[in-house]
Amino acid sequence: MSVTASFSRRARWRLPEIVFWLLAFAALLLPPGKHLLLNEIAILALFALSLDLILGYAGIISLGHAAFFGTGAYAAGLFCKLVTPDPHTGLAVAIVVAAALGAATSLLVLRGSDLTRLMVTLAVALVLHEVANALPLWTGGADGLQGMTVGPLLGHFDFDLYGRTAYAYSLVTLFVLFLLARRIVHSPFGLSLMAIRRNPLRASALGVPNRSRLIAVYTLSAAYAGAAGALLAQTTAYVSLEVLDFQRSADVLLALIIGGTGWLYGGLAGAIAFKVLQDVLSASAPQFWMFWMGLFLVVLALVGRERLGQGVRGLLAKVMP
Amino acid sequence: MLRREILTIAALSLLPVVAFAQDTVKIGLILPMTGQQASTGKQIDAAVKLYQAQHGTTVAGKKVEVILKDDTSVPDVTKRLAQELVVNDKVAVLAGFGITPSAMATAPIATQAKVPEVVMAAGTSSITEASPFVVRTSFTLAQSAVPMAEWAVKNGIKRVVTMVSDYGPGIDAEKSFSDRFKAEGGTIIENLRVPMRAPDFAPVLQKAADTKADALFVFVPSGAGAQFVKQFVERGLDKGGMKLIATGDVTDDDQLAGMGDAVVGVINAHNYSANHDSALNKSYVEAFRKANGGLRPNFMSVGGYDGMHLIYEALKKTGGDASGDKLMAAMKGLAWESPRGPISIDPDTRDIVQNIYIRKVEKKDGELYNVEFATIPNVKDPVKAAKK
Repeated sequence: MSVTASFSRRARWRLPEIVFWLLAFAALLLPPGKHLLLNEIAILALFALSLDLILGYAGIISLGHAAFFGTGAYAAGLFCKLVTPDPHTGLAVAIVVAAALGAATSLLVLRGSDLTRLMVTLAVALVLHEVANALPLWTGGADGLQGMTVGPLLGHFDFDLYGRTAYAYSLVTLFVLFLLARRIVHSPFGLSLMAIRRNPLRASALGVPNRSRLIAVYTLSAAYAGAAGALLAQTTAYVSLEVLDFQRSADVLLALIIGGTGWLYGGLAGAIAFKVLQDVLSASAPQFWMFWMGLFLVVLALVGRERLGQGVRGLLAKVMP
Repeated sequence: MLRREILTIAALSLLPVVAFAQDTVKIGLILPMTGQQASTGKQIDAAVKLYQAQHGTTVAGKKVEVILKDDTSVPDVTKRLAQELVVNDKVAVLAGFGITPSAMATAPIATQAKVPEVVMAAGTSSITEASPFVVRTSFTLAQSAVPMAEWAVKNGIKRVVTMVSDYGPGIDAEKSFSDRFKAEGGTIIENLRVPMRAPDFAPVLQKAADTKADALFVFVPSGAGAQFVKQFVERGLDKGGMKLIATGDVTDDDQLAGMGDAVVGVINAHNYSANHDSALNKSYVEAFRKANGGLRPNFMSVGGYDGMHLIYEALKKTGGDASGDKLMAAMKGLAWESPRGPISIDPDTRDIVQNIYIRKVEKKDGELYNVEFATIPNVKDPVKAAKK
């Protein structure tokens, strides 16, 4: 089999993928009630997908990915308030702004090794958090950006109390950006990223321009995170300092680790697991849910995702032969 | 795995919405139960439970059910929880709200769904203006800061430095204190601010010490008081001759016992002290401590306790009708005796009218308390009063 054929086979759509997306879109038809949570899941999924692009594919570890998420959120919020309430142009503007920030900070991030990168990404997010805190005239400071009135989707569909429009908007955005990401990671560009992650020296010996490739993917990832932030800002009509919080960066990393890095569905699966767990646990034990969440993560880390999956499957096979 | 999870969500959302709305009135209580503001959530939750234990869960023929949610002080989570409570649980009232941004983020939901939003903690003046369905049972910062300024001028304090946490309530406290203090002939040397998140008071305290002012006026949010006092003492400012005056958030009953003798003599103004001298308060403190392993109730707890009372009384007035417009109409103008003293809801602003007490930290029976020595009766929110 030729190399081209083997790669195109890898990029082919499989049945579970199609079922997954059909289910995701079918959830739109559910009776109202869970769309708000689904909207948050879709946004976190997009955010985790963006982190996966740099962590899973290019091996850039980041503890400050909320920098781009928050930038996108504030860009969308301010654009909505000051220029036009139209959500689509707002989303586009947020993507461009976040991408610009990504391109600029990529130069800082790419200088060092893993540890340096951790520190630099963390520092960039902290700096932005403080900047937002120190500019209350623009951002509303710790009180949050208020007074956003987001226009209707496609000029027709208002963002309602039930969150169906919001979920549809976030899901379609996630789907389109996912398709693009899927195309990219299966392209020669994506393969070269994986080569860099596994062995940078060898990759450059093969003629891969490491630096420019990493800058490109970091910028792309920032754009994705900015889109996720813009979705949050527009669907909740509110932006607070928490969009730039360290917790936000930590949560997305957790979600991605739960789902698994280095495959695009990892971020999606992780976002679903993380949010559903959080929702169920915090509803049943508002004071102690973090304990159960932590316990789950420890078990997951110790046992390992694959073995956990096999265990569940084995158990199910016993219960339902 | 993935499909199974999606299916679970699908299955969960298909559960029939139990519709016994006729005999049950649901209250969605959204509080920070974890994170930085967890003490606020704990106090209010305990007070709400105490109120229901004392007054029963049935009012005007309706069963009152409280659904508690943890928003971790993240406003977009507060907003989503409020939306879900309205849409899924069909709550008649939203209540709680530990910090101003959470209350602000929820206001549009209250307006859109016509559901009363009972603010039990957050203290920025403008919250009640964010929606006609917002009503407050806590306090506004200006309510405490203005009487503090008046007291300071009358008691020979001429030059003051202010230090507040840099967010809505802090800016309210700074502005209302400074404006009144200047109007009464005092001098504000400097207005200092510290970030709300992870504050380090040391550099700001040094700056304040260098000004050689007569007094330092301080506001920090509930829960941050102990940390502030610790750094204040570490810098030796308690011995430098500069008086410490504050809103009562700083000498919070919840933490006061652990602050040490350094705070003895601190003058502050606020709406509630666990030491308030009334029969109702004595029994309230006793019952609260008994139900919560000796925890002392603070001003956040009375916000929750009175919030529940407001909802119960409004339901009595409407005869159990829990529609938003009727409840709001019933709430306006209600007046009652609270553990903190007589209070009422201003029918024009939907904000609380209450006595403000000037207190001094003293040791009583081996424990530190804010001991009230002067009362300014029926204080309306000065920020909104000034706008008229």
